[in-house]
Amino acid sequence: MRTPGRRAAVGSIVTMPVFNAHVEVTHLPGIADPAGATVERALPALGYTNVAQVHIGKTIRLAVDAPDAESARAQVNEMCERLLANPVIEAYEVVIS
Amino acid sequence: MSVRVGVVIFPGTNCELDVQHALEQFGGHTEVLWHGEDTIRGVDAVVVPGGFAHGDYLRTGAIARFSPVMHAVGEFARSGGPVVGICNGFQVLCEAHLLPGALQKNAGLKFLCETAELRVETTTTALTNLAQVGDVLRIPINHFEGNYVCDERTLTELHAENRVVVRYTDNPNGSLDDIAGICNAEGNVVGLMPHPERASDDLLGSSDGVVLLKSLLAAATSRATLLV
Repeated sequence: MRTPGRRAAVGSIVTMPVFNAHVEVTHLPGIADPAGATVERALPALGYTNVAQVHIGKTIRLAVDAPDAESARAQVNEMCERLLANPVIEAYEVVIS
Repeated sequence: MSVRVGVVIFPGTNCELDVQHALEQFGGHTEVLWHGEDTIRGVDAVVVPGGFAHGDYLRTGAIARFSPVMHAVGEFARSGGPVVGICNGFQVLCEAHLLPGALQKNAGLKFLCETAELRVETTTTALTNLAQVGDVLRIPINHFEGNYVCDERTLTELHAENRVVVRYTDNPNGSLDDIAGICNAEGNVVGLMPHPERASDDLLGSSDGVVLLKSLLAAATSRATLLV
């Protein structure tokens, strides 16, 4: 939720709205996902024999001070490219709210 | 005077003593480079040893590259200084963009701790200058994320520039093109998953890593001579 007028980060002089970013990092197709594969093999033991394509990725949540949603999104995308994901092996999706 | 090799330590690094011991056995003087210092103190070569830098948080090597020491290591590498990343050190060098590609989880989904056979593919590097192309070396591996991967363009480039340094003769982890180690375009930065320091004495089961360790000391010597 957009919360106008609330300060999230220390050091911001001009008060800016806070945007919540939800980042999902997943493996690119063809990149090994041992955790997902292990869970996929375990589920049938509980009777869930109709499950496939189990994938375990990462969720990263951030609160970002930004003038508007678009600049928040641009900044979080940049964070993904530079740190939160490794574009060689990972894909990411950013949802701003 | 013996050459000085800096061995980088991050929180979670655990192979630094092995590397120091192995290099000193062959006349190198080693010193520890603490991750929080922004200098490599004028050493003639740098080793980024194995372990779990910063607990492998986020991704292997992802946080280590922000350590102040890595800035100095990057400058040293770009100036032609010999830099070798072993195992987790290889992952750190990839994340720091000193080498291309990434290390993903092993294809067999298992942590591997065994002796691998490597074929030397190029000798114009800081780690293989005393070896011969075609030499087969028995050197231990000890990793979960050792499965090298890169995009097609990078692989073409690695081939064209002869930058695959060592290949597995019997691929243990699904690594692309059997790659066990690569180098940068100049050959002064090398990263590999196997641990040469663990094959530095017959007592350890293999001394095949000695030629690599001596190559590194030779590269360090050239660097030291160059700067005098």
